[in-house]
Amino acid sequence: MKNLKILATAILATLSLASCSDDDDLPEAIHEEEVITTITITLEPEGEGTTVTLQQRDLDADGPDEPTFEVSGNLVAGVTYNGSIELLNETESPAEDITEELEEEDLDHQFFYTIASDLDVTIDNANLDSEGNLLGTEFKITAGAASSGLLTFTLRHEPKKPNTGLEDAGGETDIEASFNVVVE
Amino acid sequence: MRLYYLCVLLLCSSISFSQICKNTLEGAVVDLHDGSSLVGATIVVEGANQAVMTDLNGKFTVSNLCHDSYLIQVSHPECQTIGFLVDVKDDVQKTFKLEHHLEELNQVIISGKAYQNKSKTMSEKTLAKEALEPFSSGSLGDALNSLSGVSSLNTGNSVVKPMIHGLHSSRVVIINNGVRVEDQEWGAEHAPTMDINAIGNLTLIKGASALQYGGNAIGGLIVAEAAKVPVKDTLYGHFASTGVSNGRGVSMTSQLTKSTQSGWFGTLQGTWKRFGDFEAPEYVLSNTGSFVRNASLQVGLNKFDYGFEAYYSIFQNKLGILRASHLGGAGDQLRAFESNVPLIINDFTYDISAPKQEVTHHLARIKGFKNINNLGKLSLQYDYQRNNRLEFDIRRGSDKFDAALDLELETHSLMLDFISPVRDEIQWKAGLIARYQNNYAANTGIRRLIPDYDKYDLGLYGIVERQLQDNWLLEAGGRFDFVHMNVFKFYRTSFWESRNYDKLFPEIVIPETEEGEFGYQILTNPKFNFYNVSATVGTTYSFGKGAKVLLNYSLASRAPNPSELFSEGLHHSASRIEIGELRFNSEVGHKLALTFQQESEKFRFYLSPFINRINDFILMEPTDIRHTNRGNFQVWEYRQTNAELYGFDMDAMYDFSEKFCFKHQFSLIKGYDRLREEPLISMPPANTKNEVVYQDKNFNDVRISLQSEYVFRQNEYPNNNFEVFIPELETFEEIDVSTPPDAYHLLHFNSSMTFQIHKKSFVKVGLIVTNLLDKSYRNYLNRLRLYADDLGRNILLNIKFNY
Repeated sequence: MKNLKILATAILATLSLASCSDDDDLPEAIHEEEVITTITITLEPEGEGTTVTLQQRDLDADGPDEPTFEVSGNLVAGVTYNGSIELLNETESPAEDITEELEEEDLDHQFFYTIASDLDVTIDNANLDSEGNLLGTEFKITAGAASSGLLTFTLRHEPKKPNTGLEDAGGETDIEASFNVVVE
Repeated sequence: MRLYYLCVLLLCSSISFSQICKNTLEGAVVDLHDGSSLVGATIVVEGANQAVMTDLNGKFTVSNLCHDSYLIQVSHPECQTIGFLVDVKDDVQKTFKLEHHLEELNQVIISGKAYQNKSKTMSEKTLAKEALEPFSSGSLGDALNSLSGVSSLNTGNSVVKPMIHGLHSSRVVIINNGVRVEDQEWGAEHAPTMDINAIGNLTLIKGASALQYGGNAIGGLIVAEAAKVPVKDTLYGHFASTGVSNGRGVSMTSQLTKSTQSGWFGTLQGTWKRFGDFEAPEYVLSNTGSFVRNASLQVGLNKFDYGFEAYYSIFQNKLGILRASHLGGAGDQLRAFESNVPLIINDFTYDISAPKQEVTHHLARIKGFKNINNLGKLSLQYDYQRNNRLEFDIRRGSDKFDAALDLELETHSLMLDFISPVRDEIQWKAGLIARYQNNYAANTGIRRLIPDYDKYDLGLYGIVERQLQDNWLLEAGGRFDFVHMNVFKFYRTSFWESRNYDKLFPEIVIPETEEGEFGYQILTNPKFNFYNVSATVGTTYSFGKGAKVLLNYSLASRAPNPSELFSEGLHHSASRIEIGELRFNSEVGHKLALTFQQESEKFRFYLSPFINRINDFILMEPTDIRHTNRGNFQVWEYRQTNAELYGFDMDAMYDFSEKFCFKHQFSLIKGYDRLREEPLISMPPANTKNEVVYQDKNFNDVRISLQSEYVFRQNEYPNNNFEVFIPELETFEEIDVSTPPDAYHLLHFNSSMTFQIHKKSFVKVGLIVTNLLDKSYRNYLNRLRLYADDLGRNILLNIKFNY
């Protein structure tokens, strides 16, 4: 019986000590570093003309708010534009530039462009990664005849490289942005 | 021998004095723990000058007794002598139970009655050490899967989560050496953190009737106990190693036990398992390797009327999750499902990379008991557990090699139990439990899946059983649990407002402080109290030759778990957005289970139908498609409904001869959502197992068996398919996440032989082949069935050395 008493005392002491160590600190807020909230595609015409920007923004990431879309204007038939893609994480302040991170890990990423069949544009001259495969953060887009349709930019993480296109690339989608583009 | 003469003398002197004393007392003396017959026990009838001894079957007869009450003393050289009061009216049958303690008092007595029924009125299945051996290189879930009515919810081949009558996770309570295992079991992709090789006896109870372990086991209970240690001077142990062809791995386990006549004992055990990528019949399942380590130490003192025990175990598990199952949005899902083979297949490797899990589980317990003369047994236990779970996802940038999830769960429990003496017709046990739990989620750069919380439990139970007649037993019990949770949770402001929580719970929001900015999130401090009542009532009735009926009703209540309350974001491994609900209350299950069993020499038959009605059952279902920057994701929300599950398990065994035997199992389960009148998701399909066994005890104990396992297609399932727009195809496509795979039939071969090498040491060699025909199949209960086939043929060579 004496053993039992000693045991009980020891246990209670341990338990109360353990419970006391509990402190009331509030948990630290987590600022997500890998979230891409904003994709901005800037299309600068070669020669004269107006720069067109396409932007998709989702400030609460996978939260309930839907992304918002902004297309600054229409493309002009017959004009070639120099395109560049910028990715931001705006949950952090100041906003973090994800494009830099992506260019550092260029072998693990690739942008794909999907042009709807009724939209008359062509995309070429995408930039390359350090091993000479496509990266696609910069490209040239040439507007054909007057038309309209969806233009989709897809960023794949760890795709097969080289590949013959989205179907074959595998990997996971890091961002997918579709814009309604008009050529006039 | 003196005792024997005494008995003979006493017998001789018993001359009948009166004409009315013609009653006979017949019966048996059995071991309290395992029900085995006690040979040579002495029964002295005071006042009648009679004494008899039990025969080789443990049976005795006392005749010429009067119509009266007699005090009967039952003694046995290896047991404590106990007195019973017996009313003799006409002829009486009586079974006396003695506590067999000198030769084989085991340490598990501390936790009640060793290997004895955990619930007397609900059928339970046990797997002893020998039955567990073939699974040495596998997991707890694999072993339980061999029992009827048990299936498992798998994530690939290494995360095997036991499922009892269609229920799993928080609804199945697992007890390891008297300690309720507390790990982050929420979510389907977390398996129990236990080493199968450390288990001496595994008991499964398909319901919540064993209230001493908890009142929230709506699905059932799994109780693992360490092997018995005899109280004598001895040193023994074993070493076993298994080579496994699929996964090209090795499993090694060793155990050493030392015990003394004075009651001291100690056991040291360890396991090491390493596997590379497993293989389906046609391809490598890339990144499915695992690395498991476990060590445990147990020391104690075991006297008849007091004792103590200390136990410590550390379990470490590192396992890869099929690389091809990690996806982005719905477009990726479509590609993966449409392909017949996984989208990523690499060469075989032992390396484990992301996505992967690393779990470390420490468990310590100390327990003491004291037998208080004629009052009962009092025991006190303290246990501590620390469970650390790291989950690694495919990440980018500087976090590439960091865990995406880092949870640390600490639990302290204190239990006080009291068990009444076993000699009486009425036996009871009662207990108190207090538990404190803390979960800490570290900052990994990814929003917390499970928030930080403190949880306090207080429980109280009592169970009474009454032996009405020798063949008729009644059992009833009740339990009350109080649960308090104090949580700190960050919500996205947009989510908080979309759920209307800003109107419903403005008081739990903690204002932003100067030090840390919350950005697009708010911090809240929800506090919950749950008051749960559980109860059980049941009866057991034996009749005829070896026939028995068990009937049990159990009421179980379970408080919602943290993932059901707080989920609100993308679950990467499931490729969907999961949303919990703050307003959930406890779910309450009513289970009625009947078992009919017939055991005769050659034929054994068990039939167990059940019905389980669960009010406020928490389930998850798809409700929406959410467009995010990563593409479209299906949104799954937790919801409370009324569920009904019913079905039956059947087991039959027939011995054709001493050497040949046939075994049959069949299980059928149906589960429905009674509010929506639709089937429940992930219900095990009907399945049957048939096995032919050849065994020859005289020839190296050779055992050869061939088992056929047939799993039907699940025809009842909710349709959770959804449509999304795929830009490349310029069309809406249906993503099929619900259609179950086809039925399949597998053959398994199992053989073993034992070679005696010395008086007390032997070598046992086993050869096992699972999926003998190397058949490609997909299992409805494997979450990765959408991406890849299940395992192909696996050849296991097992060598065990006992000394």
